[in-house]
Amino acid sequence: MTAQVPITAGIETGGGTWRFAATQPLRLDSGAKLAPLEIGYKTYGRLNEAKSNAVLVCHALTGDQHLASTHPVTGKPGWWDRFVGPGLVLDPERFFIICTNVIGGCMGSTGPASMDPATNAPYGLKFPVITIGDMVRAQAMLIEALGIDTLFAAIGGSMGGMQVLQWAADYPEKLFSAVVIAAAARHSAQNIAFHEVGRQAIMADPNWVGGAYLEAGVRPEKGLAVARMAAHITYLSEQALQRKFGRELQRDGLSWGFDADFQVESYLRHQGTSFVDRFDANSYLYITRALDYFDLAAKHGGVLAEAFVKARAVKFCVLSFSSDWLYPTPESRDIVRALNGAGCRASFAEIQTDKGHDAFFLDEPLLDQTLRGFLAAQATARGLA
Amino acid sequence: MSAIREDFAEILKLVRPNARVLDVGCGEGELLELLTREKAVDGQGLEISPEGVAACLARGLAVVQGDGDRDLDHFPTRAFDYAILSKTLQQMREPRHVLSELLRIADQAVVSVPNFGHWKVRWALLSRGRMPETGALPEPWWSTPNIHLCTLRDFTTLCDELELRIDACASLAEGQSARAIDPRQPIENWRAETALFLLSRRAEPQAAAAPPQNLFGEVELAETETPAPKKKRKR
Repeated sequence: MTAQVPITAGIETGGGTWRFAATQPLRLDSGAKLAPLEIGYKTYGRLNEAKSNAVLVCHALTGDQHLASTHPVTGKPGWWDRFVGPGLVLDPERFFIICTNVIGGCMGSTGPASMDPATNAPYGLKFPVITIGDMVRAQAMLIEALGIDTLFAAIGGSMGGMQVLQWAADYPEKLFSAVVIAAAARHSAQNIAFHEVGRQAIMADPNWVGGAYLEAGVRPEKGLAVARMAAHITYLSEQALQRKFGRELQRDGLSWGFDADFQVESYLRHQGTSFVDRFDANSYLYITRALDYFDLAAKHGGVLAEAFVKARAVKFCVLSFSSDWLYPTPESRDIVRALNGAGCRASFAEIQTDKGHDAFFLDEPLLDQTLRGFLAAQATARGLA
Repeated sequence: MSAIREDFAEILKLVRPNARVLDVGCGEGELLELLTREKAVDGQGLEISPEGVAACLARGLAVVQGDGDRDLDHFPTRAFDYAILSKTLQQMREPRHVLSELLRIADQAVVSVPNFGHWKVRWALLSRGRMPETGALPEPWWSTPNIHLCTLRDFTTLCDELELRIDACASLAEGQSARAIDPRQPIENWRAETALFLLSRRAEPQAAAAPPQNLFGEVELAETETPAPKKKRKR
């Protein structure tokens, strides 16, 4: 993997911003309507004639549609470019791969930084609270607009995995297979607690200005950076942090002050400051809220299996990482148990790794192998060459 | 393709076409693949090793990574027509519980166990006073995974205690064809090296679904869609 050219060089890519007419609002779980709706998206490969090869990749909390192409703000490679490319797990020569920015996001989809048609100013806190279900409903609108009836697969890790579960619950007839990586069917108290720390950090920043910072011409960079730092710790395992940094110092000797003496401090500070360049603070509030509200069983009498009873024809693959303490393996097992209880055929594997939750972005051969095997078998079942 | 393992061939005869099958300890999925191909079953595997799970996925099989001792409670009651446990019951921490779980999850269980009452085992113990190492039990005592060995008689007694009905039983031996046996005959407790059982809950009315008792005799494949396998058992 030392290719200097972007992995998608020579691959047909597409996308941009899909603008729905004001007469086509997104109906939200809160009861509100969002219009006009815009969805930022990116595609790789070509939709086949039977329209049977579409793969939707759902991104995580701070991800975006730039799955396998250079990020327009950071100039960095796509967040999953080690998975998308010729000969890779998601081969654009075989699949038509779609990735959309979630609503509430800040990379082209309607979110709190978008203009509120009612005031001609950024929404800020006037943006309605959204849910994972709303994100998925917006994706379904785009998929339909692209002329696709059925997705060959919906794939996602972390919050992306939650969207995939929501797809299976809400649109089972539009789904052939589903891959859920390092996710959970609901947010736990600990998950909510960490998010609350992040939100409080943002809102405690005077530059947040009650959410109206864009009009004030400032940005709550310090608060957002702290939110990111706290969250980033939850994405790594203790072993990974120890292996990477231990108690290594930045310079010889201690500063006897509060500079970043330890390498791990410097690393976290960097994670925080580089994040604020590409992410909107209010988007962070809204998307973490959507995650906290996520409880797939709630709408189904508290019985998770009930959410999947109409998804019996969908083939599921659920994967967890052994050192993930954000969405640990028992959460995935609960999903599998519910799928089995609903009569769905599900595969489940726990991938042994010490890399924590973020392992799904990283070089983890067993993840590649497992996904490749599952998708190849489903592609054969779907009649994809 | 290499020749089908004798126990797989026997299981293939037992399983109805299009049945829902759970294979506990499915390894790399050879049996499930065979059943899917030959009997068009709707299969699900349970396997503990990551390599086995990856191999099953690559074969397009549904497989859950898990432990037969712990994770059978994942599956709802009567979710399957058959639950298969091939040559691993004696490796379970709680074989009695596992057996009863298999018949909660499925209407019928296909279970094979090595017979510790086999004459070679008895002879090894009697003549040399050492733990037996035989074809069916090849490992020395200190490395064997078999922690709960039983004789044919022990097994049928457990079936009685759990109120299980033995619908069919065959004796299996390495390199020989299967032989239908009555596992309650004392002589079989000497002769059978490994026994394969088809079990069901005694209380459940099986009626039309009940397989014929002569299942291991001349196999009736007439009702299946698949071509009859080559008859290897003629002597």
